[in-house]
Amino acid sequence: MDLSSINPALLIASLMVSATPILLAALGELVVEKTGVLNLGVEGMMITGAICGFAIGVNTGSPVLGFMFAAMSGALLSLAFGILTQYLLSNQVATGLGLTLVGLGLSSLIGKPYEGIKSPTLQKMELPILSDIPIVGPMLFSHDPMVYFSVALVAATWAVLKYTRAGLILRAVGESHDAAHALGYKVVRIRILAILFGGACAGLAGAYISLVRVPQWTEGMTAGAGWIALAIVVFASWKPWRVLIGAYLFGGVTVLQLNLQAAGAKVPIEVLSMSPYLITIAVLVIISARGNHGAPAALGKIFHASQ
Amino acid sequence: MIRLEKRAQPSQFWTFATPFLAVVLTMIVGGIMFAALGSDPFEAIRTIFWDPLFSEQFAAYSRPQLLVKAGPLILIAIGLSMGFKAGIWNIGAEGQYIIGAICGAGMGLAFYPIESVLIFPLMILAGALGGWAWAIIPAVLKTRFGTNEILVSLMLVYVAEALLASVASGLLKNPDGMGFPGSRNLAQIPSTANLEIIQGTGMHYGVLTAFIAVVFAYVLLSRHMLGFQIRLTGEAPRAARFAGVNPTRIVFLCLGLAGTLAGMAGMYEVSGPAGQITIDFNSGYGFTAIIVAFLGRLHPIGILFAGLLMALTYIGGELASLMLGIPSAAIQLFQGMLLFFLLATDVFISFRIRLTSGEAA
Repeated sequence: MDLSSINPALLIASLMVSATPILLAALGELVVEKTGVLNLGVEGMMITGAICGFAIGVNTGSPVLGFMFAAMSGALLSLAFGILTQYLLSNQVATGLGLTLVGLGLSSLIGKPYEGIKSPTLQKMELPILSDIPIVGPMLFSHDPMVYFSVALVAATWAVLKYTRAGLILRAVGESHDAAHALGYKVVRIRILAILFGGACAGLAGAYISLVRVPQWTEGMTAGAGWIALAIVVFASWKPWRVLIGAYLFGGVTVLQLNLQAAGAKVPIEVLSMSPYLITIAVLVIISARGNHGAPAALGKIFHASQ
Repeated sequence: MIRLEKRAQPSQFWTFATPFLAVVLTMIVGGIMFAALGSDPFEAIRTIFWDPLFSEQFAAYSRPQLLVKAGPLILIAIGLSMGFKAGIWNIGAEGQYIIGAICGAGMGLAFYPIESVLIFPLMILAGALGGWAWAIIPAVLKTRFGTNEILVSLMLVYVAEALLASVASGLLKNPDGMGFPGSRNLAQIPSTANLEIIQGTGMHYGVLTAFIAVVFAYVLLSRHMLGFQIRLTGEAPRAARFAGVNPTRIVFLCLGLAGTLAGMAGMYEVSGPAGQITIDFNSGYGFTAIIVAFLGRLHPIGILFAGLLMALTYIGGELASLMLGIPSAAIQLFQGMLLFFLLATDVFISFRIRLTSGEAA
């Protein structure tokens, strides 16, 4: 095995690319869970976003339009979840699972004609001056716009949740919907908006995989990334910056694993390819062993105003 | 204004009616979908739901398939329903199914070429144990560390799939297979074959086990203390604690049972209808069984019918893709929609829809 073939600067750069979809999806889910809703349909919304973004990207030749459409399709799918759980008061776990199954079916139905096509992809955006710094420049400041956007979104989510009135209301709804309702806040409306935001983020995340990271469409290409995003939210104790850390750590493991395969490591390929999932389990165990701090108190509970 | 008003008691009528309503709604929306795909919706629905059973041309082949496909779905769904009743969300049945198949097939192949009547029972045992062990992992992590069983059981599906890929082209690969991945064909070895008990009906040992599981689950839930404890844990966890129910025991019981049944289903599948361990022998039964469990109202008898219905959509879907060129993914979407409509219409069970004039609370 030739470890010297692994270039650390390149490793960090590709780590950021590989972490971006999980980061986007996990950030969206974090906002949803902060309002007390558990949407297990991330995987379904991601894969739908992946194919919708890809289809529009291929047909119009514009990846930007693809991303916009992917966000819309993710949001639309999440609206179905929102209506079911918020207005028809269905069980959130079951509905989220249903959303994933629907999304997987829908995506492979839409995706059939698109197999084996290459899509237009996003151009790299070299940040002026910063990208000229040796080593750090190509590592951090020479990415496509979605990578910067995802980091900016982390900062924005953090700031809104922590410093604004809207963030406070959002958290209040997630901690105690009855109290928030008594104060006159529209619990259901706030939750629907959060669910839409989560869906749009998941859609973007999916499109990032099919338009930038791969960039191709294959059936079931998200391969559990949506579920890993759910695990990252738990890992992050529902804090935006920790979502960033979690996603980047995870991206690091994935990239390292691929690099080790390429470098001809003496580890069986199956062990390497199951390692992301095993590591997710291990991290979940470590986090949960420390106690369940940070989970919104009303997470997964059904709200009906008449009670 | 439309307003929901909570019923004093869950409606008995709607508990029975919503699955049927959901099927009808799915047919309507599915018909629109088929029309959008360019097929005649009425013909498509007839091909899926009617032709496999009653068409002269296909029924002879399709009817036995109904039991072949329903068997594993029912078996897995029965196990899952116990957990869902108790609020334990095992969504990794697919992984338990794969591991059961690997262990069962491994046991059978270990004896090759010895022939004995004892081998098949040993394979069943190995499959059950394999599935059980895979499901016990989330149970241990949940009870010991409080780790979320939803995520762990799901992650283990991906691990199981990686293992399957590994053994199909490594450990269990057919040495006489000219280098192709995939194990020896178990269905062609007398001692390891899961044959039809009654010729031409599709009734193999797995289907028989599924029927036994239905009866067993019915008795457990309605007549046995454990069944009562499972239901109590799901409906009122605090009350269950005060009543002396040991939650750890319930978690182990529900997950272990689901894993055992899913593992057995995998073993029956790989030694019968599928025949051999290949990288993609698993056809997603573990996930479809979740829909079956809900559609059957988490009730054993309901699951029996839901499993048959879902098997029908599989067979009808194949037929529709053959005859009408409807993509097989459309059927997957169709099944997902069914779960969605069911969850949506379930609102009628505990709520009454009221039309009120003016501003409501």
